[in-house]
Amino acid sequence: MELKETLLSSYLAFDAQDGPQRKLQDERTAAIEVFEQQGFPTKKEEDWKYTSLRDLTKTNFSVFPKEEVSLTLEEIKPFILQDVDTYKIVFVDGIYNAYLSETTHEGVDICLLSAALTKPKYAPVVKKYFNKIAPKEASLTALNTAFTKEGAYVYVPEGKVVEKPVQIIHFATDKNPQLLLQPRNLIVVGKNAEIQIVERHQSLSNGAAFTNVVTEIFAEQNAQIDYYKIQNDHVEASLIDSTYISQQKHSHAKVHTFSFGGKLTRNNLNFYHKDSEINSTMKGITLIEGTQFVDHHTLVHHAHPNSESHQDYKGIYAEKSTGVFNGKIVVEKEAQKTNAFQQNNNILMDDKASINTKPQLEIFADDVKCSHGCTIGQLDEDALFYLQTRGIPKKEARGLLTYAFANNVLQSVQIDSVKKRINKLIANKLGVNIGFDV
Amino acid sequence: MLSIDNLHAGCEGKTILQGINLDVKPGEVHAIMGPNGSGKSTLSTVIAGHEEYDVYQGSILFDGEDISELSADERAHKGIFLSFQYPVEIPGVSVTNFIKTAINQTRKAQGLAEMPASEMLKSIREKAALLEIDSRFLSRSLNEGFSGGEKKRNEIFQMAMLEPKLAILDETDSGLDIDALRIVANGVNKLKGKDNAIVVITHYQRLLDYIVPDFVHVLHEGRIVKSGTKELALELEEKGYDWIKQGA
Repeated sequence: MELKETLLSSYLAFDAQDGPQRKLQDERTAAIEVFEQQGFPTKKEEDWKYTSLRDLTKTNFSVFPKEEVSLTLEEIKPFILQDVDTYKIVFVDGIYNAYLSETTHEGVDICLLSAALTKPKYAPVVKKYFNKIAPKEASLTALNTAFTKEGAYVYVPEGKVVEKPVQIIHFATDKNPQLLLQPRNLIVVGKNAEIQIVERHQSLSNGAAFTNVVTEIFAEQNAQIDYYKIQNDHVEASLIDSTYISQQKHSHAKVHTFSFGGKLTRNNLNFYHKDSEINSTMKGITLIEGTQFVDHHTLVHHAHPNSESHQDYKGIYAEKSTGVFNGKIVVEKEAQKTNAFQQNNNILMDDKASINTKPQLEIFADDVKCSHGCTIGQLDEDALFYLQTRGIPKKEARGLLTYAFANNVLQSVQIDSVKKRINKLIANKLGVNIGFDV
Repeated sequence: MLSIDNLHAGCEGKTILQGINLDVKPGEVHAIMGPNGSGKSTLSTVIAGHEEYDVYQGSILFDGEDISELSADERAHKGIFLSFQYPVEIPGVSVTNFIKTAINQTRKAQGLAEMPASEMLKSIREKAALLEIDSRFLSRSLNEGFSGGEKKRNEIFQMAMLEPKLAILDETDSGLDIDALRIVANGVNKLKGKDNAIVVITHYQRLLDYIVPDFVHVLHEGRIVKSGTKELALELEEKGYDWIKQGA
């Protein structure tokens, strides 16, 4: 049976279950209809031209975990940030794990979506924000909405600066192989409030998990959001991440995406400007090998004057890996004095590696500054020789040049612990230790 | 130390060096001069071990060992240093981090432990002072946006840090004003000792006023056509290279 059919019949069972999903009856009913009509996107659609979900849609994924799995701290240690005090929301095979988590309701709500859905005191927030920025017609997002039950819920009230970063971590285990995980995150950051979030999806076995995650983020006036996505999953795991960010006046939302592995990774990162003088930043490093595939689709919707967006994505592709970058910038007629910057630089380490990169600018205002550029190249042979004459062996020299290439993205990481972790992951990937952290 | 015998070398099948003989002993300074296209830079590149260049005939011995099959980094580990005519810019890596990596990779290859951070820092300060390099300069990205003079000073700074047995300075004087030339030459002279040797590759005589050679060789069409002492350089300055070309 095709995955679509499996999911539609699973939906009936899911819908009949008692649980937090009951609170979202109307949204879910509408969403499953969208998915039923549209199904999984195919390469015939422009936005999916280079990305095939065929293998995934032929696989018999299940949305129901067979058993609840407990993990020890020891087992998850390699995948969590430890040298910094953080809040943690940990899920194992889609089920919240209280033992591994550290949530709070003191001055800020950092907890579960299921809790927020069922407790009356959160109802106004859920009503105001849930499914309000995610587009209704996007089929994979609709699929997630239809199955919404669990995820992270973060509510930062006006003026609150959350001192500790929040880690949202999803583990997949071999106890529930071929699981389709569909976490749904709702993050609301109030006026003048600030928060840092680190999100990670990790398979602990080769059980080939498929994650279709949707995150809605609301940045109220002058809110500051610093969000990091660490994607370094098992080579059999696939991830489709759709993140929708709604920004109010003077807010600044930054998203860093580090894509270091997985069978298929697709990032749909969307920023919507709801007022003027907004700042949106998205940066990424993609470093993959083998037959891995990473696709970044970004959208910045400039709808009001005097706003800025900055995009800087670096890609390093080895062996037969493939990358896609599609950066869409829309500047509406009203959005005068917009300053939109986009850069995508790529290095192909081997002959069989490839990248499809495309800026997509739709500008209707006449007084704007939009710049975009993309490059595809190889490591500079002269630079390699130069480094070698200083005693740096070729492998390390390649590593150092790769670091140098990715450097300006790493420089803007604000959490030291994340920076160190990324440094380490890059070093492991390249199989070198260049002797310093960038 | 360096013993080159009947060296024929080039790249992509094209022979550029057509039988070079050169013998450099510890403590000596050799100057290699010659007109454009005579093979000066090729010679330095071949000694340093660029992959794209091949040795077709003859040999390069360093401390008695044939190094012609070694990679550039292996030659560096044995104590060969090449100062580039056009140093490569590496954005994203600071001068300090770069030199740390170079030193520790070299020490690793030589079976030594990493240099302790305090020792490294002390050494960097000393050598930077020697070349009148500002400490702010050390935290800048390697060669990125450096002036010609800064790049060359940085090359000699790296040489000072790595303490090679044999330093080849390829057109180190090009792009230098007179003050920078003096600083660079002073640096080189202070690093000169009885156990190391320097090969200066230059087009003009003026660098040799500061770094005084024991021997001067004239390269023309891939061969050393004349060798002599420092007076030869003065003669070349006066008569130009046509005199050599006609004689060859």
